[in-house]
Amino acid sequence: MTGELSLRRKSVNLVMLGLTGLCTVVAVGLLFFVLGYLLYQGGSSLNLDFFTKLPVPTGEMGGGMANALIGSAKVLLLASVIGVPIGLLAGIYLAEWANPTYASVIRFVTDLLNGVPSIVIGIFAYSLTVLKAKHFSTYAGGLALSVMMIPIALRSTEEFLRAVPNSMREGAMALGATKSRTILTVVVPAAIRGLISGMMLNLARVSGETAPLLFTALNNQFWSPGWNQPTATLPVQIFTYAISPYDDLHRQAWAAGFMLLFFVLMINITARTLVSRGGTKAR
Amino acid sequence: MATPATTPVSQARVPARASAFSRLFSGDSITYAVVFLAALTILVITGMLVLQLWTNGALSREKFGLSFLFTSKWDPQGGDFGALPFIFGTVVTSMVSLIIAVPFGVGAAIFLAELASPKASDAMTFLIELLAAVPSVIFGLIGIFVMVPALNVIVPFLRSHFGTLGIFSGPFYGPSLFSASVVLAVMIAPFIISVSREVLLAVPRDLREAALALGATRWEATWQIVVPYAKTGIFGSVFLALARALGETMAVTMVVGNTPQIAKSLLAPGYSIAAVIANEFSEATGDLYTSALIELGLVLFGLTIILNGAARFLIAATSDRIKK
Repeated sequence: MTGELSLRRKSVNLVMLGLTGLCTVVAVGLLFFVLGYLLYQGGSSLNLDFFTKLPVPTGEMGGGMANALIGSAKVLLLASVIGVPIGLLAGIYLAEWANPTYASVIRFVTDLLNGVPSIVIGIFAYSLTVLKAKHFSTYAGGLALSVMMIPIALRSTEEFLRAVPNSMREGAMALGATKSRTILTVVVPAAIRGLISGMMLNLARVSGETAPLLFTALNNQFWSPGWNQPTATLPVQIFTYAISPYDDLHRQAWAAGFMLLFFVLMINITARTLVSRGGTKAR
Repeated sequence: MATPATTPVSQARVPARASAFSRLFSGDSITYAVVFLAALTILVITGMLVLQLWTNGALSREKFGLSFLFTSKWDPQGGDFGALPFIFGTVVTSMVSLIIAVPFGVGAAIFLAELASPKASDAMTFLIELLAAVPSVIFGLIGIFVMVPALNVIVPFLRSHFGTLGIFSGPFYGPSLFSASVVLAVMIAPFIISVSREVLLAVPRDLREAALALGATRWEATWQIVVPYAKTGIFGSVFLALARALGETMAVTMVVGNTPQIAKSLLAPGYSIAAVIANEFSEATGDLYTSALIELGLVLFGLTIILNGAARFLIAATSDRIKK
């Protein structure tokens, strides 16, 4: 009797544990499938034209995404220039200065902002810039992405500064350093690997954002000089080409997807190895 | 002993004017002002965001009132806007994606936290977190060209087994509520896995060991002791995933079919709040049209804020309990 029961329990054990293993295999397998398929489809669609040529009028063969590559770079640059300093400084405030009440209010609002869907951020940037200036522009796109970068930059900065042991701060202050000097020359350098990798992951996350750019940076068939005109960007270009009915545009969408994913994964892998090597030292 | 000796010396060296100057601009007060302003900026931005959504959606709110949420006519030419089909599509795709992703996600989290060796677990979690970093437009691309065609294989099976329920009836042309749900499930599963795994790993070792010592099998110890203990946190991860699914735009827009209707069958095309904003916002003509879309944005904002708040509360509640 007991032997039979334990056999049932043993087989339930084996089956259920096997199922959890299967779930993991499926999840990891999916990643390899996504990567492999993009490598295969995108890699074979890449050519020199992709990097050097402008898009051709709809229906014609060939052309490239040179303007979208530059456009994405400009939008991301602007987003980082606005978003990273604000997030970094606010993170320093939270980790080093804030009293608990202010800190919890700011942390709460930051999480709120972080949870806002990217399309809503797009509406926000639209009403701040496009609605007032009456035209779409590169800077509107940069602004939209910077709003997405701020909360992530803040939380990662706070997390890595908190990982710096208090004894280092006390040591610096005991030597007579002011608080700002302590932060600048002791705390920030101790956490620098984490801070850099946090900013890299942040950049990787917003580089794939499409929704906030749809009605801020819009799109452009041509080069977009300066900051005041609509611009093509890589993610928006993937979207427009993927839903178009032309095979040649589909091919280019795959190529652009390959480039985007390559960029995002490279940054992710670099940033994570940077932290895992430096993390043990800080903790 | 040394302290009383050094204080007068340093006071003597620093001239009085410099000390006033340095007290005013000691660096600390400036730094404080700068970092405080940066922190304040975040409050200002969030406040402005809510304010902009509220004021720019005013036209539609005043015209339609609460009926905006409960009518299903979407007629840009006639100037008549109702949000129900979009709310329906958003809620249905998110829920179905959870039904698909939660068992997989929690299962994989259990495996990674309880069974896999720490090294293998870390390596696989690393890979799964990479999956979470893949931009949504790329999931949309793969959705259109790979996953949706692949669903053509599964759909006849679903139809023959669950067709009587009505949710898998009617023709299947590819883009549909079901396709969007499957793509969403793939996108949110990594979140469920990595957060649930963290929560499971935080459960004290003694509990597992006590259960195993009493003769429980590995599975019984996990399912009857560890998982119930971490339940709140796992729910938190599910809420977090749900909030992400609700706001997800690009992948859904690319595979949902973009038809504003309330269909009984999951195989029929639908629409979602985020997708209609993405498709129509830049081409919306007239203030009322734009303001109706902005009000949709406000609805979406409200939904995700509530869910995110609930998720954070649940995760915090679990980790508090574990700390005690």
